[in-house]
Amino acid sequence: MIPASRLAPPLRASRPINLKTEPINGAKGIPLGNGQQLLSLRMAICQALDEEMRRDERIFVMGEEVAQYNGAYKVTKGLLDSFGPDRVIDTPITENGFAGLAVGAAMTGLRPVIEFMSWNFSFVAFDQIVSNASKMCYMTGGMFPIPLVMRGPNGAGPRVSSQHSHAVEALYSHFPGLIVVSPSTPYDAKGLLKTALRQDNPVCFLENEMLYGHEQDIPVAEYLIPFGVGDLKREGGDCTIVAINRCVHWALEAAETLAKEGISCEVVDPRTIKPLDIELIVESVRKTGRCVVVEECYRTGGVGAEIAAQLMELAFDDLDAPVERVTTTENPMPYAENLEHETLPKPHRIIAAVKKACSR
Amino acid sequence: MSPAKSRESTRQAGELPERERAAIRAEIGRERLLAMYRQMVLIRRFEERAEVLSGQFREGTRIKKIAGFLHLYIGQEAVQTGFRAHLDPARDATVTTYRCHGLALLVGIPPNELMAELFGKVTGNVRGKGGSMHFFSKEKLMLGGHGIVGGQIPIGTGAAFSAKYRKTGGVSVTFMGDGAVPQGTFHESLNMAGLWKLPAIYVVENNQYAMGTSCHRGVAVESIAAAKAPGYDMPSFTYDGLDLLASWKTAGQAVAAARGGQPVLVEAKTYRFRGHSASDAGLYRSKEEVDAYKKLDPIQRTRADIAAANWADDAAFDAVESEVAEIIAAAVAFADTSADPPSSDLSRHVYAEAAP
Ligand SMILES: Cc1ncc(C[n+]2csc(CCOP(=O)(O)OP(=O)(O)O)c2C)c(N)n1
Ligand SMILES: [Mg+2]
Repeated sequence: MIPASRLAPPLRASRPINLKTEPINGAKGIPLGNGQQLLSLRMAICQALDEEMRRDERIFVMGEEVAQYNGAYKVTKGLLDSFGPDRVIDTPITENGFAGLAVGAAMTGLRPVIEFMSWNFSFVAFDQIVSNASKMCYMTGGMFPIPLVMRGPNGAGPRVSSQHSHAVEALYSHFPGLIVVSPSTPYDAKGLLKTALRQDNPVCFLENEMLYGHEQDIPVAEYLIPFGVGDLKREGGDCTIVAINRCVHWALEAAETLAKEGISCEVVDPRTIKPLDIELIVESVRKTGRCVVVEECYRTGGVGAEIAAQLMELAFDDLDAPVERVTTTENPMPYAENLEHETLPKPHRIIAAVKKACSR
Repeated sequence: MSPAKSRESTRQAGELPERERAAIRAEIGRERLLAMYRQMVLIRRFEERAEVLSGQFREGTRIKKIAGFLHLYIGQEAVQTGFRAHLDPARDATVTTYRCHGLALLVGIPPNELMAELFGKVTGNVRGKGGSMHFFSKEKLMLGGHGIVGGQIPIGTGAAFSAKYRKTGGVSVTFMGDGAVPQGTFHESLNMAGLWKLPAIYVVENNQYAMGTSCHRGVAVESIAAAKAPGYDMPSFTYDGLDLLASWKTAGQAVAAARGGQPVLVEAKTYRFRGHSASDAGLYRSKEEVDAYKKLDPIQRTRADIAAANWADDAAFDAVESEVAEIIAAAVAFADTSADPPSSDLSRHVYAEAAP
């Protein structure tokens, strides 16, 4: 049995960004008493950065519009005021340059945090991430670990078309040496980012523009969430849905609908893709016998492909049906509303996949 | 971190004296100047309409038909208008950023098609697949509409390479923002063009900001074209991009150089009158600054030029407005009544359909 205590605190209903009600300094939550505070996901990230920058002077934040503009999505709001221009640094539009600069800084005693305005622009920096950051530790016989956090929004934004809608979990998971974190809630984002800032490997920290406004009551007291430990976002007995990042919310929506039809789904959020908590997934599948993986990456070589393969290796006898994958369809993101809707792994497609798995 | 530098104003590039204006006007001629004026008005009104339809502007009721990013070219029209006038659509290629509505209209893509694209309809310029940032025309050699800052610069370079390879006599004009200058692709492209003497024109539309980053916080030198061009063995031009006459004059010289096999780097000092895109509070610049530049509105200045030459009266200007208004009303109606793309379009065009 999975202890119910693994369930993270429930989300508040999401509200659109309301910069008026959010405090000037993104790092300061709204106190709720009882040792709790209200944080949006964007504030949770800011608070983690703020706390860790106070602990460790080697941490600096660098990226396009992170300082004076407070971040293109206002995630770094207030950090410039708190830490000054030596530690919160606006860059030109020069992703390959500042990603490589961060690797060099990490090799010489600093702990950089770089923001990609979106992960789509990390492709400009692909060479530095893959050829340098991911391999430096290994290639130097352990001489140069790279304590580096690369963060920014990932996945489809609202109707922003082909070049601005990539989800990169599967892509960056492919490379040994990188850690890939993809949180779905403010609570998880804060705890995981703090862990990222205290360890010595390059981390791809994948946020989501569409979740920045999500709010949650989370503890004021410090906590960390280790890498490789997944979380149950909903308990159920008929079918396991493994969902990543924004898809967790679509999976929960689908599970709610399916519950009304008598199908009880368990929603597993791996939270980190690499390392992956396959044990939690296997444990859940032992109970349900069925598994649907939901992600915003493409199907070919996606995270679902990896999970399906691992389930075949580890839980072949426990499966009552083939693992279903609900992914972004294999096309660049189209702009048209109806086509975008069909491209994304939205609840209607999750529901169909669960029903298919449960029909066996 | 870097020492503050005083911001250059477009005026520093030199306001042309009236004598010179008259000479350029004479060179352009009445018909061509009126045609360029009309094109600028078309771009301006098209975008103002798109802005309303994107819900960025609340005018009474909010009618949101356009989603995603909407980067408006308003204020910068004179730059591409001046260049387009010197190009031969049969052999000269153009390419630009996501701020691409102006160029698309200038090369002659029908407004109906463009508005339908903004609406995400199957009748759109790229079948509803691209939206505001991705306008293209194969026929007019307009190679995009690109969302990645700096991503289009090698493409423009490739078009120049292709023209030289195929001996078409064509040139390519690559437009970019000041924010693209720090990208590697800028330097890689200019070096290749300089090395191989490609018929390439690179136009930095320096509107003084890359999103919220003013140019002096993003580029290490004060004067982009003048400082960078020598490093790639190119001549440079810097001019007042809010002035159509200066734009036309400079473009003519740049295109002539490129046709002769000499790549050039041009910097048009300009200004964007609107925010970067929909969600830009604009806290990085003062209202006074924006208002001061709005007084240099290129459309108003061109109108004044035309009036100074007595080439049109108020009735003629009004006629341009009403003709353009009709075109835009028709485009909106066309977009509105067009169909969504069929579901079969989801997987169509991921790969090429015809064998080469
Ligand atoms: C590689 C890359 N990084 C970041 C962005 C996000 N972004 C879009 S436009 C822009 C500013 C570009 O400014 P500039 O080149 O001056 O062009 P302007 O918008 O002023 O026309 C930024 C940072 C992007 N699209 N691509
Ligand atoms: Mg600019």
